[in-house]
Formats: sequence, structure tokens, C-alpha cells
Amino acid sequence: MKCSEFLSELTSYLDGVLDEKTKSELENHLSWCHNCYVVCDTTKKTIEIYRDSQLYELPEDLRSRLRSAIMTKCQQQRKRGPQSV
Amino acid sequence: MGAIQNKLTGPVSEELTLVQAAKRGDDSAFEELVRRYDRNVFRIAQHITQNREDAEDVVQEAFLKAYGNLAQFQEQSKFYTWLVRIAVNEALMKLRRRKPERTVSLDEDIKTEDDSLPREIADWSPNPEQQYTQAELREILSKTIQGLPPGFRTVFVLRDVEGLSTEETAAALELSVPAVKSRLLRARLQLRERLSRYFQRREPGDGKTGARGEDVKNDKDVASGDGNQ
Repeated sequence: MKCSEFLSELTSYLDGVLDEKTKSELENHLSWCHNCYVVCDTTKKTIEIYRDSQLYELPEDLRSRLRSAIMTKCQQQRKRGPQSV
Repeated sequence: MGAIQNKLTGPVSEELTLVQAAKRGDDSAFEELVRRYDRNVFRIAQHITQNREDAEDVVQEAFLKAYGNLAQFQEQSKFYTWLVRIAVNEALMKLRRRKPERTVSLDEDIKTEDDSLPREIADWSPNPEQQYTQAELREILSKTIQGLPPGFRTVFVLRDVEGLSTEETAAALELSVPAVKSRLLRARLQLRERLSRYFQRREPGDGKTGARGEDVKNDKDVASGDGNQ
């Protein structure tokens, strides 16, 4: 397996959706190709860092203001009858 | 090296019960759906628009549209996927309004140069995120993802941050499954490449600036605008 072939399967490998044969070929490649090992490991870390980052969390006070505004507008919309959206 | 684990978005049957109650006019059931997904919609909207006020507007508009169109929701897909589709469309409209000079579309053919091929293959420090304060880390992550085209960062945020499946992401964005897979791979590799400059392992006395020596606030190279790949 070439590095470019490894790379094209990287997303499926990280998502755990490969068949056993392809997975085993990829892992064999990883066992001797240090560059692909590093790319695979740091791509996995990239995903985990973003997933765990709590980037753009909605603060509780804003959250409750937004929810209250949404529900008020929903009730107004209901009183006006069906809308074309 | 194992596969990554995705977050789940809550039991589907409970969601369906709430949707059906909301369809019958039970506003408290709809409010529960808002509570369940408002944080997700806000995150998605801010990732796409990169603007907090726009993201707040998107949250309101997406839920209002969902409320007004509940009767049309067929219950064949998850409510959350349907809501995400509405929210993504609202967010892209905001982006188009703010950047009328650019075409902002998920369907645009993003150039397929070798922009995703790894160039930086130095290993990272162990627990690289711990080299930075929470605020510094958030700034690095935010600037880094801003540099991706909207079509890439939207796929990345839906798949990897919000934990939608490839099929759900394709349905929410009205893209084909292969298109989602291709964009996801390139988004992941580009983010990895860009983060490497902050997180790579530094050998003592190698003459390079240490990772913490990077000036996060003045780093113009990381975030160079939308869709400039």
C-alpha cells in the first residue's frame, strides 16, 4: 500500500467503517510508515481537540433569553395563523 | 490506533414523541425540543457564520421556521437532521448577505489542488492542547477553522463536532455521500496541517521558536478568510 492510498482511506479508518481486510492492510502500512502514523495520529487528535473544545458554547443567560424570544414569537405566529415560510 | 467515538444526540423515540406533541399544538413539547438542540444549532451557526450575532439570529430563525413548518415534517428522518438543514441554510444566507462579493455555496466546486496533502509531518507534543490556556486554545481553534472554505468547515462541524453520521450530514446538506466523505477528509487534513504549527513537538535547543512562543493574536497566516484555499 502506498502512502497516497493510505491517505485516501484515512477518514474511513478513523471512523471505524472499513472492512477487516482493508483495515488490516492499513494497520500493516502504519506499522512501518512513520509519516503516515504521525498523520493518522495527529488527525485523530485534531478531531478530538475540536470535539472536546467547547468552542462556541451558548452561555446560559443568552440561552434562556433566546429560548424565551423563540417561544414568544412562536405563539405570535400561531395567533396569526399559518405562515408561508 | 482506534476509531474515534461520536457523541449521540439523544434517543430518537423520545424526540419523535415531542415532535408529535408539538404538532398537536403542545408548545411545551416544542420548547423541550428547543432546549434539546439550541446549543447544537448555535455551535453550527457560529462555525458557519463566524459571527456571534448572526449565530443568535440563526438560532431564532431556524426554530421559528421549524415551528411554522412542523406539519410538513414527514417524520421519516430525525427531527434534528431536519432542523440542522434549516439552520445551515439560514447560516449560509447570513454569510451571503455579509459577503455578497463571494459565492457562498455548499455545492461550489472547491479547487482540488494538493492543499490537503500533508506537508508538516512532525509529531505533536503529548497533550498539545495543555500547552495553552483555555482562552488561547479557543482562539487557535477558532482562527484555524475560519481559514477553511464554508463547505469544508460545515461538513467538519456536522460530522466531527456534532457527531452526525455521514448519511445524516449528506441529507442535512443535500450533498452526496461521496462529496461529504471527500470534503471531510480534506477538512480534517487541512485542520491537522494548520494546527501542527502550534502543537508540534519541539526539541530543546533546536533553534526554533517554541510552540508557546507563537504569537497567537498576531498570527495572520492561520485565518486568512473564507474560501481562500
